[in-house]
Amino acid sequence: MPAHDVLIIGAGLAGQRAALAAADAGASVAIVSKVHPVRSHSVAAAGGINAALNPEDSWESHAFDTVKGSDYLGDQDAIEVMCREAPEEILHLEHMGVTFHRSPTGTLGTRAFGGASQARTYYVADITGQAILHVLYEQLMRYHERVDRFEEWFTTDLLQDQQGACVGAVCRNVRDGRLEVFDAKSTILASGGAGQAFRPTTNALICTGDGIAQAYRIGAPLMDMEMIQYHPTTLAENGFLITEGARGEGAQLFNAQGERFMERYAPNKLELASRDVVSRAEQTEINEGRGFPDGTVSLDITKVPRRRTLEALREIVNIGRDFAGVDITRQPIKIKPGCHYIMGGVKTDVDGQTPIAGLYAAGEVACVSVHGGNRLGANSLLDTLIFGRRSGQHAAHRSNQLPMPSTPDSRVAETQAGIDAILARPPGGRRISDIKTELGETMNSYVAVFRDAAGLETAHEVVRRLKEEAAVAQIDDKGTVFNQDVLGAIELGYMLDVAESIVVAAKERKESRGAQYRTDFPERNDEEWLKHIDVARNGDETPHVSYSPVTITQWQPQERTY
Amino acid sequence: MPDYTLRLRRYDPSSGQAPYWEDFTVDLEGHRSVLEGILQARGDTDGTIGIRCSCRAAICGSCGVRINGRPGLACHTHLDEALGRDHSGEGVIEVEPMGNMPVIKDLIVDMDAVHWKKIRRVTPWLLGREPIPEREYIVPHENMVDVTQTMACIQCGACVSDCLSMEVDPLFIGPAALAKAYRFVGDPRDAEPFERLKDLAEDKHGIYDCTHCFNCIEACPKGVAPLSQIMRLRRRAGSDFEIEDRNNGLRHEHAFVENIRRNGLLHEADLLPDSYGGKFHPRAVPELVSSLPVVLKALQRRKVTPAKALLHQHKAEPAVKKIYDIVEGRDQRLELNLYVAGDEADLADAPAVEETA
Repeated sequence: MPAHDVLIIGAGLAGQRAALAAADAGASVAIVSKVHPVRSHSVAAAGGINAALNPEDSWESHAFDTVKGSDYLGDQDAIEVMCREAPEEILHLEHMGVTFHRSPTGTLGTRAFGGASQARTYYVADITGQAILHVLYEQLMRYHERVDRFEEWFTTDLLQDQQGACVGAVCRNVRDGRLEVFDAKSTILASGGAGQAFRPTTNALICTGDGIAQAYRIGAPLMDMEMIQYHPTTLAENGFLITEGARGEGAQLFNAQGERFMERYAPNKLELASRDVVSRAEQTEINEGRGFPDGTVSLDITKVPRRRTLEALREIVNIGRDFAGVDITRQPIKIKPGCHYIMGGVKTDVDGQTPIAGLYAAGEVACVSVHGGNRLGANSLLDTLIFGRRSGQHAAHRSNQLPMPSTPDSRVAETQAGIDAILARPPGGRRISDIKTELGETMNSYVAVFRDAAGLETAHEVVRRLKEEAAVAQIDDKGTVFNQDVLGAIELGYMLDVAESIVVAAKERKESRGAQYRTDFPERNDEEWLKHIDVARNGDETPHVSYSPVTITQWQPQERTY
Repeated sequence: MPDYTLRLRRYDPSSGQAPYWEDFTVDLEGHRSVLEGILQARGDTDGTIGIRCSCRAAICGSCGVRINGRPGLACHTHLDEALGRDHSGEGVIEVEPMGNMPVIKDLIVDMDAVHWKKIRRVTPWLLGREPIPEREYIVPHENMVDVTQTMACIQCGACVSDCLSMEVDPLFIGPAALAKAYRFVGDPRDAEPFERLKDLAEDKHGIYDCTHCFNCIEACPKGVAPLSQIMRLRRRAGSDFEIEDRNNGLRHEHAFVENIRRNGLLHEADLLPDSYGGKFHPRAVPELVSSLPVVLKALQRRKVTPAKALLHQHKAEPAVKKIYDIVEGRDQRLELNLYVAGDEADLADAPAVEETA
């Protein structure tokens, strides 16, 4: 039975960074991931990572841009921590081996990004997430004696002791179906976002909100769940991402009449306004009949010199060619806003601690909250690394003072019984894929760029019905080896819990701020709503809403224009 | 929408049954991916179908398979393109697990047992030059763009699947791991390029174990071109560091170059002795003796004849010499790289991206 000081669930950037930090701090570490670490969705982060590293830039400027981007919902103490520590983290990555592209003088190169007052985005072509993820995995291989890797192990439950502290997890080896108790003094959730609750989405099939739901089920509060980022440039047919780096390099947006419409919505920053602003502008153009018949507008990357595109935007050249049949170096590509990122998540402090003792969260699964109502492009990689590292360090130090907990092996019987019940379902239920499709389409219809009370109520009703249907959904695979059917049933349950908390929070916030735009409450209302919405279960199945204050240090809310 | 028949290779290790083929009909447009087809079959018909997948967009590297005989990503292969490769005349899309790796279930292979083990063989992390600078290492932009081609590898295993050298020698370090090695050798921040190259040149299963079949270049969905990276490792080892390996790899390569300089066409009978320093070199004798079975086979198959072998008259054309003069007259070696595209002026008339990929 594995027992470690620190157990990390999820092996994307946050998880791997946490593992390395905890090991460096002297802890014994296990990292568990339902997929091989390099398959984690961090791999898809394209454009870059923000840091005020140039001498003429300042962390305060980066922090202010982030606060403004968040529509003043981000906690400024946490944003200060992230932006202050960003330059050191970039240099650490560089020394570790990340192949950041350079300026002509050989120093680290930057590109412009949305919502930023300076070009402070460091990048590796448009595979920045992949490059960092693979380099961190290189380090994990190097640390093989200090970090135990459990690749393709699926976490089913978090474990709690008598006092309610988190003391590890139960995980299932995907390869043979075996359940194990993982004892741990501290547990860090780093299992990413929940984009699969929407359809289409830029998110990978593995982004099913596992960690958010696992924490929620043992009573951890979720925060800012209503804040779902719709990325301005996704492909209409399949939701694939066209990086913001394209606009950072000079690409422009046009409506069907050939008008560069961002001039009307954000006369100063144009295409490089915050994502919520650009997505709303596009959706307005489309809704008011100035889009193309297929509900899109166009992104013209031919404005970028071809050599530069081939060198620095290679991946979207491939995406355009292979998934849309378009040579982006020769012609515009049609795009629209699409579900991309969840600003909300498990509520944590700046060391990744959740209100549940022993349970940490970092990365997209968490809500510190550094992104508030809207995340700036290239701040998510930074978030994963800064708070992954801080969680790993804090958890390691905390573990120094604690005895190793021991959950009896018999605990797996409880989880096994749950899995057996899924396997024993009588035939005739709805198909899992069918329920998932309805969930995703419902969320994308009613919990998207524009929302209103009636639509949110409809979404809530659908989600509640789907929960009942999911409980008896059809299972074909009764086996133990790579039973993806049964894991899919568990993931569907996670997604539905997350979806419900999103809808409940969106219904609650009766104003428009960041990614939450209520057509029935179109103004931002600082007097009543400059506060976080927390959603938690209080020992029952129902989501309960409460509020927590937004931390303001030096930037008072102002009108937000770009 | 048209129907496509997917013929999937099924295998359930707990059943005790041998692998078998099973057909599924899916209803999708031809430009949708084979992965979408498989997921439709799994979602609508049979939830037991096993395939790893995640991003759907050729970024995560999970869904490496063989489709109508060719390795690649299921998400990166259009249904109509896959059908176009069907030579059975049955109009089906056959999907089977990748080669050179043991199958776990259906389309899922054990990458850890082969692929990742080989990656770990090449010391796959940067050995940073000392002293570590306070800020970043100052290195040329061109070098970082250059190694981006190997950083672009998504570890999908498609190249490993169809590596012919690995089929013959399972211990061959292989295309993916050697491409990974170039990522460090080509990185000016690495302190030990010589040690890395020496290691890979001296290893019997290292850089000289590749037989240039080009399968890895064909297989790679990301344009990493592993073979090109292996050749670059050889050029760095041989030309830059002059590493004379015990596998005779470097001399064999020189023998090739000189053989063609002399003859214009490859004169196989000379190649072997030249690789060991000429027919009369002391090192060549035992090698020639041990190579007798190969020589006999070549004679038997009339690849060489005694007359041609001994009385060879072929002379290189002046045009061949000109090629050598041009290439050897350059100040710098030209290396092809996906991310390095030439000047803007060259690109104006360049073919569309579809054609260059």
